[in-house]
Amino acid sequence: MIKTHRIRKSTVFLVLTIVNVMAFSLLMLHARSVQGRAGELLASSSRIARELQLTDLCLFTEARYTRHPAMGDVHAAFQDHPIALEHFPSGSLVPAPLPLVR
Amino acid sequence: MNRTIERHKNILEFSLSSLLRRKTKNASLLAIYTLIVFAIASLLFFLSAMKREALLILKDAPDMVVQRMEAGRQDLVPLSYAKEIAALRGVREVKPRLWGYYYDSPSGGNLTVMTAEMPAGFIKIGSGVSRLRRATAADVIVLQSYDNEVPLMLEIEEVLPYESELAAADLVIMSELDFRKLFKFPQGHATDLALTVANPRELSTLAGKIVDKFPDARPILKSEMLRTYDSIFDWRGGMMLVMMIAAVLSFIIFAWDRATGLSAEERKEIGILKSIGWETSDVLLLKFWEGAVISLSAFFFGVIAAYVHVYFFSAPLFQPVLKGWSVLYPQFKLVPAVDTYQLGVLFFLTVAPYTFATIIPCWRAATIDPDAAMRS
Repeated sequence: MIKTHRIRKSTVFLVLTIVNVMAFSLLMLHARSVQGRAGELLASSSRIARELQLTDLCLFTEARYTRHPAMGDVHAAFQDHPIALEHFPSGSLVPAPLPLVR
Repeated sequence: MNRTIERHKNILEFSLSSLLRRKTKNASLLAIYTLIVFAIASLLFFLSAMKREALLILKDAPDMVVQRMEAGRQDLVPLSYAKEIAALRGVREVKPRLWGYYYDSPSGGNLTVMTAEMPAGFIKIGSGVSRLRRATAADVIVLQSYDNEVPLMLEIEEVLPYESELAAADLVIMSELDFRKLFKFPQGHATDLALTVANPRELSTLAGKIVDKFPDARPILKSEMLRTYDSIFDWRGGMMLVMMIAAVLSFIIFAWDRATGLSAEERKEIGILKSIGWETSDVLLLKFWEGAVISLSAFFFGVIAAYVHVYFFSAPLFQPVLKGWSVLYPQFKLVPAVDTYQLGVLFFLTVAPYTFATIIPCWRAATIDPDAAMRS
């Protein structure tokens, strides 16, 4: 009689979980190693921001007040009409400007 | 010790066989679960990276920007304001900024035009503009000036590096002379004033002094600029709120569906197990492992896929949301920023509720008489 050794399902699952944990740990190590160089990687952005005294990130270029959300005034979104609804898609992602300092 | 491990392994073996008996159902469950974890983890990774990059890039932003309002709208600032503000105690430097927006009709993009010390007739452009206009260094770009007479012919001196896209993708940097020519910008005025102060703790006092002196001035502090980006990328508002609600709601419906009942087949299975001598604790352990196998696998698959999606492929699934109607969109590679606290919260919010949601209905079924469980 030939005796066959079948791998148990629980062993397969445990091996898969260990592989998952290892992959996860490797990604965390990758994040740590790149994070250490974050300043260096973002150096050109920081240099340009410092030289040109930039106040905003270039994220949403579709409207003036979404390009520079930190500089926009409270009514910028309603400039077309006092009850005009926001019509730029990024307007729904960018909250209203913070209260002005007086 | 070995006995306990062996017992768990045996029960795990049984639960895997039980999961494989309902292959299609459990595979689709795992796929949906992974998708939800992937969506939430991608958002967490994306937002924490953006938040960190905003902080790093804007750490050297001006301490304060002073705008001038005219009948409630932003207007140009006379340079005389700069002189008077510079004379205030605590102000180290006042730099008038000349900048504006240029609608580029051939491409339909909005460009941000800024000034720097450079020779007239030359410009530096962001790599987004270079892509949009298909122009590189030494090419000439034509911009329509506001006086509608002679278009401005400007030679590209440099294309800003790709790594600076998040700050400068849409920038066109030119000399003050060209800027004034392009926009017919009046002499003796600036767009706004950038202030550097000696002691950042005095910023709000200084802002008060400026408003007292110039009631039409609107000071914006650096902390407010940073807070703007904090609120955009905060988990409570902006992007997170919009995109997260759908994912969280679907997860709640999904867990609720599991928690509210067992199928007749599952109940019968529990009855049979109890009648052949399994104890309630064994049945609960079996269901715990069934829940843990699905949720743990979904968590790892989802988080690993999210990391690759955001940090290796620059979150292509979020791009349509961020792009909106923009013609010019920065292409940036994010620097990984993993918040272990947020990951821990994600683990407990996804793995723990699902695992317990599988145990509770089984506990109810496992505590009743096996005969009744099999007949129900």
